[in-house]
Amino acid sequence: MSEELVIDVRGLTKRFGGRTVVDQFDLQVPRGAIYGFLGPNGSGKTTTIRMVCGLLKPESGEGRVLGFDVLGESLRIKERVGYMTQKFSLYEDLSIRENLEFMARLYNLDRRAERVDEALSSLGLAERQTQLAGKLSGGWKQRLALAACMIHEPQLLLLDEPTAGVDPKARRDFWDQIRHYSAQGVTTLVSTHYMDEAVQCDSIAYIAYGKKLIDASTAEIPKQIGLHAWRVAGRPLQQAQALLEASGGVEMVARFGAEIHACARDEAKLERAVRQVQAEQPHLRIEKIEAGFEEIFIYLMTGAADNFR
Amino acid sequence: MKLPRFSFDLSLSRIGAIFLKELVQMRRDRPTFAIMILMPIMQLVLFGYAINTDPRHLPAVVEMREDGPLTRAFLSSLTASTFVDVVAVATNEAEAERMLRSGEASFLISIPEGFERRLVRGERPQILLAADASDPVAASGALGAIERIAQSAFAPEFDGALGFLARAPPPYEIVVHRRYNPAGISAFNIVPALMGVVLTMTMVMITSIALTREAERGTMENLLATPVRPVEVLIGKTTPYIFVGATQVAIVLLVSTLLFHIPFTGSFAAFAAGVTVFILANLMLGYLISTVAKTQMQAMQMTFFVFLPSILLSGFMFPFRAMPSWAQAIGEALPLTHFLRIVREVVLKSAGFGDIINDLGPLTLITLMLVAFALLRFRRTLD
Ligand SMILES: Nc1ncnc2c1ncn2[C@@H]1O[C@H](COP(=O)(O)OP(=O)(O)OP(=O)(O)O)[C@@H](O)[C@H]1O
Ligand SMILES: [Mg+2]
Repeated sequence: MSEELVIDVRGLTKRFGGRTVVDQFDLQVPRGAIYGFLGPNGSGKTTTIRMVCGLLKPESGEGRVLGFDVLGESLRIKERVGYMTQKFSLYEDLSIRENLEFMARLYNLDRRAERVDEALSSLGLAERQTQLAGKLSGGWKQRLALAACMIHEPQLLLLDEPTAGVDPKARRDFWDQIRHYSAQGVTTLVSTHYMDEAVQCDSIAYIAYGKKLIDASTAEIPKQIGLHAWRVAGRPLQQAQALLEASGGVEMVARFGAEIHACARDEAKLERAVRQVQAEQPHLRIEKIEAGFEEIFIYLMTGAADNFR
Repeated sequence: MKLPRFSFDLSLSRIGAIFLKELVQMRRDRPTFAIMILMPIMQLVLFGYAINTDPRHLPAVVEMREDGPLTRAFLSSLTASTFVDVVAVATNEAEAERMLRSGEASFLISIPEGFERRLVRGERPQILLAADASDPVAASGALGAIERIAQSAFAPEFDGALGFLARAPPPYEIVVHRRYNPAGISAFNIVPALMGVVLTMTMVMITSIALTREAERGTMENLLATPVRPVEVLIGKTTPYIFVGATQVAIVLLVSTLLFHIPFTGSFAAFAAGVTVFILANLMLGYLISTVAKTQMQAMQMTFFVFLPSILLSGFMFPFRAMPSWAQAIGEALPLTHFLRIVREVVLKSAGFGDIINDLGPLTLITLMLVAFALLRFRRTLD
């Protein structure tokens, strides 16, 4: 181990009733990294995170988390990990403050009242601390859950879609906070469906059908996929979309409001296909663009992902 | 099979976290809380009225075979008492028996010939009390009531020349014949036993959803992701209900003394020990259910599944020794069986620790086994 790995697991496999949900999953996350965890719905992200923090027992696999054995020392791991569940899992019939105090007690923290006060004020919920958690709006629940899982200053954050339903300003604040922790050596594994968040990560692991298909630094992913894209604009677009979808040279067509992004890995074929559609529909404007994360992951999540199996 | 390892580095802070959380949740869940407090009162009053443990104005027929100053004083006391209403004074036995059989009278009080003469001679003549014990409660209350009536009737008479008769035991004897249900079920038996039934129902029910509710609401995932130990969850989640159980016991004791005049004769320490272990046994039984049940609905069904045998086979419903041996075997495994024996011994028969040890022991053993099963069943993961 040249670099200190906070998560170092190999071959994690989980089956539910004979169906393999996570298959031979390896993950190496160095200290202080922000690791993005992407994949379509049902691909096994939540299941993987649960295995990493000892909430699910893998059928096979091994490894260490924060230097502790992932199978045998889960209590040690749990003491040092902050896990934010995908579904709100604090007590709706407890007030905001009572929930935070509950967590603070469970982690046996000193300066309990102080820490809870700090968390409340940094959340901006100090005035509403006696309100029942169940009465909070969805986004505020997420923010409370995040504060609750961080109250014991964990060394590793496992965040399962922490910003789902959170407004853009709060998401920005959240990512600023994560980077701040990262600078202090806190490691983060975060699952998300937002591409603007994916680009904020140092590295990304992409999982589909329980298999990890891509694991690379964020900057390298576009190169690895080698996806090319053309922008097609003009009105009307409906027919152009149908033509592009039918065309053999285009692997993925994604509509972005008033424009279409046509993508494929074969650059020459793609260009031919797009130019042909334009010849048939002269009102269209076409332009070659960089394939962004949005295009890349839509491409991965459509049938094209089969190419990687 | 690999046994799960229990870590014994328990933390008071973590137990406190769960304990306080449960208290707050209980306080917020007003309906459930109200039910736990009202249930014992409701059951007592319902049973109390249904069995009418303090019966009044029961029709009685008095058979007077002798007419003298003493027997007349007794008759007028009977007539004046609220316990019986003297519906007829019969002079012949057949008529009195007929009234008792037909239900026109619940009691037949018979004063024999030569009562006064034999009384003065110190021969302890008998006053016969025949009770229709198909109404068992009426029958069981009768002896005490008639004793009191006789005492107050004769007291003013036993002075002067008859002063030597004012002694204990009284110079007469009251003999009870239970008709139609010779075993007789005492109301004094039923009311203390109700305490056990109420506790069984509420304690098992409330803890049977302890973990199921967490699982159903999704809060289990957060709880299991913290370093909390299974034993800490168990202690933190059940302790608040010990106090609820104690409150229920206090209510039952209060109501049964105020409304039903149940005497409490035994050792209070022995009683407290019995009640505490019994409450723990039920809490652990409920907790074990909650480690098995997948939904709160299932937990309720399982609660009733154990509640029924408790009612039927514990000696609450049917005399324990009269049950077939297989039923007795099941009964011995039920906490309620042992509790009923303890509470009857202590409340009614003035028992102390020495007398209840034969039931306190098994009750403790059952509790420990339930704890062990519950901890073995506790799922530390979401699998
Ligand atoms: N407890 C369980 N029992 C049976 N199947 C399960 C269980 N938990 C998850 N699964 C199945 O495992 C698969 C992966 O689920 P998982 O929740 O890990 O996906 P995910 O990547 O987190 O999806 P999402 O993006 O929707 O949150 C799904 O097909 C799901 O149905
Ligand atoms: Mg998920």
